Amino acid sequence: MIFADLLPWILGVLGVASILCVIRAVLGPTAPDRMVAIDTLTVIVVLILTLLGVYYRASIYLDIALIYAFLNFLGTVALAKYLEGRGLET
Amino acid sequence: MINEIVEIVLNFILIVGAACSLIGCIGLIRFPDVYNRIHAQTVAIIGGCVLSLLGLCLYTGLSVYTLKALTIAAFLFLTNPISSHAIARAAHKSGVKLWAKSVTDKLEEEGR
Repeated sequence: MIFADLLPWILGVLGVASILCVIRAVLGPTAPDRMVAIDTLTVIVVLILTLLGVYYRASIYLDIALIYAFLNFLGTVALAKYLEGRGLET
Repeated sequence: MINEIVEIVLNFILIVGAACSLIGCIGLIRFPDVYNRIHAQTVAIIGGCVLSLLGLCLYTGLSVYTLKALTIAAFLFLTNPISSHAIARAAHKSGVKLWAKSVTDKLEEEGR
């Protein structure tokens, strides 16, 4: 495995980054702040899942990452429409 | 020989990706309002996640991992501008104020 030595450090840095995202999601003064923070947290989790999937040779991790990114996009657009105060038809 | 070159390039790409994720999240903490934070989020997503996924494609060669990682990278690359635009427009419509030192607000001037 090529990046076996590097993987704990990468995961540690990504963990610190996700903790910063959680701090912003808790502190965020408005609703769009929290949405941006959760969006970034989702992408970091997708990256962690992909790294673990390639490391363990388990391709189901990548399926889960793809579905997670897709559901995150749908949820973000739906919440943006809700905040904007319009229906889905316009 | 070629394996060593691939290893060096992959390690460099993974380190740059993790650093970009960390920088984007520090920007998410440090920047003053929603619109600047969306800017920092784009650094974390494009520079961190998409770059690392392309690096993993370089590592795994032609296999099912490459196809799935390329699919995830293309999906994130296409949908990140859409969701950022939707969040920014929703924030502006729902009355989130700009930072006090912001220079201009074209959407407010046009009145739409």
